[in-house]
Amino acid sequence: MAETALTNPEKSPAQSAGWKGIAADWSSDQRAFKNVSWGKAMMWIFLLSDTFIFSCFLLSYMTARMSTTVPWPNPSEVFALEIAGHHIPLILIAIMTFVLISSSGTMAMAVNFGYRRDRVKTAVLMLVTAALGATFVGMQAFEWTKLIMEGVRPWENPWGAAQFGSSFFMITGFHGTHVTFGVIFLVAIARKVWRGDFDHGRRGFFTSRKGNYEIVEIMGLYWHFVDLVWVFIFAFFYLW
Amino acid sequence: MVDVPYDRIADVPPAEVPEVELYHPKSWWTQYVFSQDAKVIAIQYSLTATAIGLVALVLSWLMRLQLGFPGTFSFIDANQYLQFITMHGMIMVIYLLTALFLGGFGNYLIPLMVGARDMVFPYVNMLSYWVYLLAVLVLASTFFVPGGPTGAGWTLYPPQAILSGTPGQDWGIILMLSSLILFIIGFTMGGLNYVVTVLQARTRGMTLMRMPLTVWGIFTATVMALLAFPALFVASVMMLFDRVLGTSFFMPALVEMGQQMKYGGGSPILFQHLFWFFGHPEVYIVALPAFGIVSDLISTHARKNIFGYRMMVWAIVAIGALSFIVWAHHMYVSGMHPHFGFFFATTTLIIAIPTAIKVYNWVLTLWRGDIHLTVPMLFALGFIITFVNGGLTGLFLGNVVVDVPLSDTMFVVAHFHMVMGVAPIMVVLGAIYHWYPKVTGRMLDDWMGKFHFWVTFLGAYLIFFPMHYIGLLGVPRRYHEIGEAAFIPSSTHTLNAFITVMALMVGFAQMVFLFNLVWSYFKGRPSGGNPWRATTLEWQTPETPPGHGNWGKELPVVYRWAYDYSVPGAEQDFIPQNQPPRPTRAVQEAAP
Repeated sequence: MAETALTNPEKSPAQSAGWKGIAADWSSDQRAFKNVSWGKAMMWIFLLSDTFIFSCFLLSYMTARMSTTVPWPNPSEVFALEIAGHHIPLILIAIMTFVLISSSGTMAMAVNFGYRRDRVKTAVLMLVTAALGATFVGMQAFEWTKLIMEGVRPWENPWGAAQFGSSFFMITGFHGTHVTFGVIFLVAIARKVWRGDFDHGRRGFFTSRKGNYEIVEIMGLYWHFVDLVWVFIFAFFYLW
Repeated sequence: MVDVPYDRIADVPPAEVPEVELYHPKSWWTQYVFSQDAKVIAIQYSLTATAIGLVALVLSWLMRLQLGFPGTFSFIDANQYLQFITMHGMIMVIYLLTALFLGGFGNYLIPLMVGARDMVFPYVNMLSYWVYLLAVLVLASTFFVPGGPTGAGWTLYPPQAILSGTPGQDWGIILMLSSLILFIIGFTMGGLNYVVTVLQARTRGMTLMRMPLTVWGIFTATVMALLAFPALFVASVMMLFDRVLGTSFFMPALVEMGQQMKYGGGSPILFQHLFWFFGHPEVYIVALPAFGIVSDLISTHARKNIFGYRMMVWAIVAIGALSFIVWAHHMYVSGMHPHFGFFFATTTLIIAIPTAIKVYNWVLTLWRGDIHLTVPMLFALGFIITFVNGGLTGLFLGNVVVDVPLSDTMFVVAHFHMVMGVAPIMVVLGAIYHWYPKVTGRMLDDWMGKFHFWVTFLGAYLIFFPMHYIGLLGVPRRYHEIGEAAFIPSSTHTLNAFITVMALMVGFAQMVFLFNLVWSYFKGRPSGGNPWRATTLEWQTPETPPGHGNWGKELPVVYRWAYDYSVPGAEQDFIPQNQPPRPTRAVQEAAP
């Protein structure tokens, strides 16, 4: 069971490239995506579904922003900070984005070490990723606090269209929830890696199944997706 | 020419996927309650959906009593009437039909029909049911909260859905939106399982183009649901914020009771777009499993292969894809730009092409078939006729100029009840008669089944045909009482009373059906493993009902498509999918 992704060596020659290969895979028995394990397939399909959720959120926000009759607050000004006497627009968001993109880097390294079955390095890199994610959420909490102190509410704000606050809290809140869940799962999986569950074939408490190092990669898919979504939020909400 | 001895096992590719690793129950609780077995989860889903569906059925009786005999039943006031239509619609479409087709039939049939031991992630599958149950309980709780359930209509259009003029404004709408959000979360967990099981966990020899159409229908519907429900999820979240936090996503500036409300700047049309981006695929999320199941019922009970199997598959896929670009045909009267109406009317009419292909293929399957008028077959035939009827009135409503005067009349009610209510329910009932022997090991009683069919089928027509006429007269829907208006002839009231009596009779027939389900479980005739002499894998299990893990030691190997009925020269009039081909003559002669 552990080696779900193993190919059957005798089958390999049949795997031709390009459209022919795709047609051959889809007309074969057992699996449509050869060499793709169930968990990975499931995560990809979930991410496709989640893409639709974020797309709906962003499209709704854009509709509201374009159709409102009241001026939209200028994000560069709203999200500016006074640091050492300098007025720097979007500085906090820039740092947050940097942190989150960096966490994608550490996650990719964790996946790499996971496939080399390097227990300690994998776990440490996952924990670093989780820490960066937690930092991101922490900075988001700071940003929320700052805006709330300045009088921004979901139903109103001092600078213009009420939909600014509504969209801001809803979209960043939903994304932040994704990051938070990611952090929780990163820590849980890092613990399993650290304990050597995937080396000894320890069975899951609920599922009674043995896990394997592929779960690190699946976790990585989710994490990169959450980062990618942030890039879109950054572009459409903060830079527009 | 050298005769190569033909090895029928070697003809099938070797196993490349490990079997599903099963969770073996350790106690009564994990075997029957917190079960990870897809078959048990399917039955849990079905029973829960049926239970909440009965609530919706009773609500429809109350509505009909009010419409048929206005003023007679003092306990139904205008507010309650609105609450009844809302809850009836929402329960029937989402909590009954979607849950029953995908959670019920999907869970039971997908692993059995593709030759897997279970869904790929049984634990997630179990969570899916429990979140669904929670959603149902939250929904049912709205009957007991102050103010009662929401009366916004099942489409929940803002701004009225959350204004104080609408019943259920206190708690009803909040709990309704929360329940929808929970339903979508629960469904996603199950839906991912169904899709991955079909794509990645089929048995040896089971190619996609050998799958029974039932699996194709459920699979495509699940993919659609995973892409359509996000829009409803987002709409529910945003409306919940409008109601609870006072945001204005969907709320324009409003004056209520002479007071300027705090809302302003939101777009009610945005909600309609989001809702129908979910809502129209939802029609096909319910219809595609019905299409698939009915194809298998017709083929099995007419002892003939399905006509144009590949066309049937592609039609299912095409309908699924097209249904994502027709949503605004529900919004012709919303004030959209007329050019949009043109586009959406065109795409709507294009859907008629793959749908017509399916109907012709069903009829051509019946043509010169050995038709057995069993109860499942009766329901399948009833479906075809009802679906054609409902589909034809869809052509009226899909065209902008015809739709505008018919909008919000009883004609619309009659149309979608025929096409989306009666037709899929016919398939659900037929499918229960068809697969009940596999689930319980006993046949449902035939006499009660035929009584159930004829009363349901004829009754449905007697209910909904007059309703089309009433709608053409211009009687609006969602009115608690139509009263005396110049354009409504007095015969309308007589017709309304007639429809009510018919609705009660059809409702009574469903009680006979429920009695049949219980009675046959204990007293029914033992069915054996394959009472309909069907070819698909679920009928070839070593035990009936199928045991834990579905198959004995060995997974079945599939050698043929699902429709080898009445093959010339075969010993029986059906060849199961897992029966190997006979050795060729050359091999037979070479044998000593």
